[in-house]
Amino acid sequence: MTDSPDDVRDLVVVGASLAGLRAVEAARRTGYDGRITLVGAEPHLPYDRPPLSKAFLDEGRAPEAPPFRTEEHLREELGVDLLLGTPATGLDATDRVLEAGDREVGYDRLVVATGAAARMLPGTEGVAGVHALRTVDDAIAVRAALDAGARTVVIGAGFIGSEVASGARKRGLPVTIVEGLDVPLTRSVGPEAGQVCADLHRANGADLRLGTGVREVLVTDGRAVGVLLDDGTQLDAELVVAGIGVVPSTGWLRDSGIGLHERDGALLCDATLATSLPGVYGAGDVAHWPNPLFDGQLMRLEHWTNAAEHGAAAASNALDRSGGVPVSSVPYFWSDWYGHRIQFVGVPQADEVVVLADEPYLALYRRGDRVVGALTIDRPTQIMKLRRLNSQRTSWPEARTFAEGLPALRAPQPAG
Amino acid sequence: MRLAIDYDKCTGLGLCEAEAPDVFEVQADGTLLCLDENPSEALRAEVESACASCPTEALRIIED
Repeated sequence: MTDSPDDVRDLVVVGASLAGLRAVEAARRTGYDGRITLVGAEPHLPYDRPPLSKAFLDEGRAPEAPPFRTEEHLREELGVDLLLGTPATGLDATDRVLEAGDREVGYDRLVVATGAAARMLPGTEGVAGVHALRTVDDAIAVRAALDAGARTVVIGAGFIGSEVASGARKRGLPVTIVEGLDVPLTRSVGPEAGQVCADLHRANGADLRLGTGVREVLVTDGRAVGVLLDDGTQLDAELVVAGIGVVPSTGWLRDSGIGLHERDGALLCDATLATSLPGVYGAGDVAHWPNPLFDGQLMRLEHWTNAAEHGAAAASNALDRSGGVPVSSVPYFWSDWYGHRIQFVGVPQADEVVVLADEPYLALYRRGDRVVGALTIDRPTQIMKLRRLNSQRTSWPEARTFAEGLPALRAPQPAG
Repeated sequence: MRLAIDYDKCTGLGLCEAEAPDVFEVQADGTLLCLDENPSEALRAEVESACASCPTEALRIIED
């Protein structure tokens, strides 16, 4: 039976990707039988994003990007009203109305899971051959350019850009990666592991240009023909992919009075994912929340697992008579490059990073007297055992002893 | 309950192992090993979480 208060009859979930989907599924799992409306900006049913920068870019028959659930399942089985292709445009918190263009949707409880939008290079809007990679439509465009044998420049050596570079190299195409930092990925994995990731690019034939910015994308007849770097270097390219981060999608909430983070404008949630507005919860990429497992450190994660966990938790908490439970989790993400799998658990902000093995790579992250993170490359059998050290708040000496006792693994041959 | 595992879908990300380490273990080569194909009722909550957490939806419970 549902624990939700009897007067809650209208749950609205805004954002129809993974977190939004998990929110509506969790709501029904709690026994809630009131109305659910799922509002999404994209015209598509909720679909899975991680493959878009991985298998989706592979040569050969165009892969399908099937939705997580059919429309029939969402409407009939889960009893969800779908409002897709309808970006949210405003929120009236007093009357509890979500505005989406000229549509107004009343809510008793609202889960905001609008995610984030890929940052675009200034001045490149509408230029053919310049893409971000966030949506299935982006992925189709990037794939088509790779099919045409494009020389590729990737701007930003983050995970998305690196996966695109890997996909292009797998097809034997020339790729240059331009990164402003001297070591890539320092914010995500720290400088030690960032260096190792940089080496992966070099070992696989990507031309990695570090510590340099982009002055402009060169355009002829509305089409990208190259990139001019800050140092004056000119790179010819038919495909330019910007992997330069995302902006939390909260512009539509600017006048709502909701609490937003001053740095990135994302939602500020409490440990139960409640926002500053009554009845409104946040989930996934759009939400900062204090993670109890890391002493309440305020986090905003752009990870698949976080969106899944948050979506379910936000809906359950929104519908819980007693206000819900704090959401604790060990961050986890993975990335596939050049036939290698990079996996990270925990948080990278550390007092010390100890590299326990080079080939295949294993590093542990220490903060104070406990382990807070672990990064592996090609150690899929060990990463979840290392994650457990984090969830159990294992002390540093104990964690280190455990990790040092893990079997040495042979480095796999790179996939052809 | 029994477990139906679609090994073609599984990519060895290990979220199932995180939820139910007595039932699932990713191997050194990235493939999944099911340690217990008929888990006891005592493990139901963990196994349900494991199935729900799978990014590729490769896991399913079949009720006896």
